[in-house]
Amino acid sequence: MTDHETLEGHTHGERHSDVPTALALRVKALQSLLLEKGLVAQEALDRIIEAYESRIGPHIGARVVARAWVDAAYRLRLLEDGNAAVASLGAPNREGTRLVAVENTAQIHNVVVCTLCSCYPMSLLGLPPVWYKSAPFRSRVVMDPRSVLAEFGTEVADDVEVRVWDSNSEVRYLVIPERPPGTQHLSEEDLATLVGRNAMIGVERAKTPGAAAR
Amino acid sequence: MSTAHDMGGMHGFGPLVAEPEATEPVFRADWERTVFGLHLALMRNGRWNLEGFRKMIESQAPVEYLRNSYYENWLAGVERLLVAHQMVTPEELPGGRPNDEPRVPSPSEQAPVYEKSDAPPRFQATDRVRAINRNPAFHTRQPRYVRGREGSVVRYCGAEALPEAAADGSDVPQHLYCVRFEAADLWGPDAKGRDALYIELWEEYLEPAS
Repeated sequence: MTDHETLEGHTHGERHSDVPTALALRVKALQSLLLEKGLVAQEALDRIIEAYESRIGPHIGARVVARAWVDAAYRLRLLEDGNAAVASLGAPNREGTRLVAVENTAQIHNVVVCTLCSCYPMSLLGLPPVWYKSAPFRSRVVMDPRSVLAEFGTEVADDVEVRVWDSNSEVRYLVIPERPPGTQHLSEEDLATLVGRNAMIGVERAKTPGAAAR
Repeated sequence: MSTAHDMGGMHGFGPLVAEPEATEPVFRADWERTVFGLHLALMRNGRWNLEGFRKMIESQAPVEYLRNSYYENWLAGVERLLVAHQMVTPEELPGGRPNDEPRVPSPSEQAPVYEKSDAPPRFQATDRVRAINRNPAFHTRQPRYVRGREGSVVRYCGAEALPEAAADGSDVPQHLYCVRFEAADLWGPDAKGRDALYIELWEEYLEPAS
């Protein structure tokens, strides 16, 4: 078997190596078998991988958030019918799921998890980071969200309610972070650069203009 | 199934290790890329759905599920589905060459047979509800940590395919509700702060709370 490490973050088998591991050989064998049986086509594989590795990512969600920040009517549409609102920006929610946007305010801080697997708004954010799929996050954020947020450097005041959204159904959640102060002069395009993936999961806030290059 | 995947509220998984957002690669290795592509491509064949994939991952022994990395669990799910649907045999997997030996797959736990219903939604926003207490051996999306707990319906979410039935390939829509649980009602005095948990629960997961 492979060199199993600890359970923390499920890091083993996810490192680069020059030597093909037992795992790499097992996957290669499966791929050959499925291609030979005609159950999958190499072109279809390449297209799928290319889409999620190169084209679909958090820049799409960031455009949605920036539009909601500058356009009050759009913000309301997004909160009422997420699928229709993102489709109108040319970023359709593709997975047969229903998008629900939840908004951070001075009183409420939202954070998203999938305790049972790894459900995530892939059409808007791409593939989830390793930590989102990891046991430490999935087990702890539902019972102690504040300590998890603190580990991301996000302190939430005691009088702010933390809402944890467990994505157990085919509803996918997008957090609309609070628009940072001092950004009134920024264009929609510049605003989008302040909206990181982690802010749309709800573990961080949107960046302030000086820190955007971080 | 109450197995290792249902980990909300468990202790002991250690600190959260998060790579910086700017530098985390989409995939860590070529084999992960391939597993991801194979899963999505196979889903398009329509022989199984996402719920069936989840069921296969969850029905591994808990120690396997926890020992595996994320995409190793995907790989196990894909291999098990291919065998269960008699598209490949276990003997073919290691060598990667077809040999077409017949093989009867081992049965996995089936959910009860569900009937479609035209009944109107039983609950509405602000209703107090209790997530039923149960411990089914078949696939469910009702996590353990809400079982027996009381909360409030936030909104009705329409009728959506019941995961119990979908995992075995049946499309049985059932009313779905977004329910809010107060942290103290889930975790008692161990809850930190006056926070809340939101989750969607199908109608059969719920009963009225007095």
